[in-house]
Amino acid sequence: MRGNKAMKRVYVNEEWCLGCHLCEYNCAFANSGLSDMVLALKDRPIFPRIHVEGDERISYAVSCRHCEDPICVKSCIAGALSKEGGVIRVDQNRCVGCLTCVLVCPYGALAPNDQGVMQKCELCLQNACGEPACVKGCPNRAIVYEEREDAV
Amino acid sequence: MKRYVIIGNGVAAAGCIEGIRSVDRSSEITVISEEKHAVYCRPLISYYLEGKTDLQRMQYRSEDFYEKNGCQVLYGQKAVRILPETKKAEVSDGTLLPYDELLIAAGSSPFVPRFEGLDTVPKKYSFMTIDDALALEQALTEKSRVLIVGAGLIGLKCAEGILERVGSVSVCDLADRVLSSILDSECAAMMQKHLEAKGMRFYLSDSVARFEGNIAHMQSGADVEFDVLVLAVGVRANSGLLRDCGGEVNRGILVDERMQSSIPGIYAAGDCAEGPDISIGGKRVLAILPNAYMQGHTAGVNMAGGSERFDKGIPMNSIGFFGLHAMTAGAYEGELYEEKTDHSLKRLFVKDDQLRGFILIGCDERAGIYTSLIRERIPLSSINFDLLKKTATTASFSAEMRRKIFGGVL
Repeated sequence: MRGNKAMKRVYVNEEWCLGCHLCEYNCAFANSGLSDMVLALKDRPIFPRIHVEGDERISYAVSCRHCEDPICVKSCIAGALSKEGGVIRVDQNRCVGCLTCVLVCPYGALAPNDQGVMQKCELCLQNACGEPACVKGCPNRAIVYEEREDAV
Repeated sequence: MKRYVIIGNGVAAAGCIEGIRSVDRSSEITVISEEKHAVYCRPLISYYLEGKTDLQRMQYRSEDFYEKNGCQVLYGQKAVRILPETKKAEVSDGTLLPYDELLIAAGSSPFVPRFEGLDTVPKKYSFMTIDDALALEQALTEKSRVLIVGAGLIGLKCAEGILERVGSVSVCDLADRVLSSILDSECAAMMQKHLEAKGMRFYLSDSVARFEGNIAHMQSGADVEFDVLVLAVGVRANSGLLRDCGGEVNRGILVDERMQSSIPGIYAAGDCAEGPDISIGGKRVLAILPNAYMQGHTAGVNMAGGSERFDKGIPMNSIGFFGLHAMTAGAYEGELYEEKTDHSLKRLFVKDDQLRGFILIGCDERAGIYTSLIRERIPLSSINFDLLKKTATTASFSAEMRRKIFGGVL
């Protein structure tokens, strides 16, 4: 749990976020395993791993903070969540959908997929995008992927 | 070099091992494991019976966990005595294990009341361990009529796990409602209705007066015929080892924020420990997996000479039955805020400008934000509580607070 200070993370500037929700679509597409965005997203509910929150004044996107001391990992009753190389991952094969991680994540960053199995931001390091799709597709560059000293 | 001894091999023990190793990479760790299994996910035994996991996937850590962490595990051995004066733990084969720092993570045991005629019941089981689950599985057929005594977390998870593979499931409890330790009457009624719709039958405010073979004569006068009996009345902390050597024990082994017991060099964590619960401002046994890990980790760090405190512990549960989830946390005291629909129920309890507890049924989105308000004791006057009570969102926080928690420009 130590020594991850130099990890790159996804950060959001709420003054620049337009609330356009494009990050949610890019996330769902990047994690769909499909190469056609229309096939992946059209006419179906999406289950992105990032979501836009806010009210009429502000908006910002929230995704996993990849905490230094992750309470979700410590709380997982199935041993399905782990942190390796600074990235918190879920082993969907082990997850039983108890939602204990949802109960403890202070950021409200976690939600299950359409099957009730947990999924989460893994920084697109394992999918075809290779870098966070939310960052890559943000039209106003409100979402960035960088190292910060004051990280969580 | 220190010698660490851990009594127990559950999740608290795993947390302790990882806690020790975050500070001390090399000293010897000996684990006394009464169960002949590597650490596994105990709450998953009902999911196993339901076919949602298997023995392989139930392993809590990788196969090389003990080796990688330099642990020697004594399987099938039980700690029988602690000698604090000479700092030794005696195991069942007579070996005396010297220790510098000792963790008791002995868990809890099923509590079985003295029911008259219980010895006449041919097939009866507890539901605490993987071996219990495997034995129960052997006894079940698709025609089995199962009676579960206890409508708490263990009894109902068992009921859910077996419902589809047996003939019928009946559940009785002395309490007037299901899940009485975590749900109030109205919330419990909602869950009970859901479970009844799935086919479970309940006998509440009722208990078994007498068993006669495969018949339970209930106190209410009803007779319940069954083939298989599951006893899930409750559990008791395994605190005897510490009590017997003069340590302070209440309902569990009393520990401080460092998870140290009243005897120097002896720590306790998990279901056997009674540690700080900030939601009541006192000590309580918090017999849930997340706290077992965190307490074990805290103990491990402190045993190895580091510094960690378990100072945000609260009771919290996320428990689903056939797709309906109940999430609960903290204490149900203070002013009530409530929101109800046909399919969901939200109850937030507020006292002294703090969120003290909640019950959420069928509305679990971002519930962790509520949990963190309890754990961090955030003054509600510092956030937009009118927004927050309707939706769990960090948008109810001040921009400065969001900047702080999300790390930077936000």
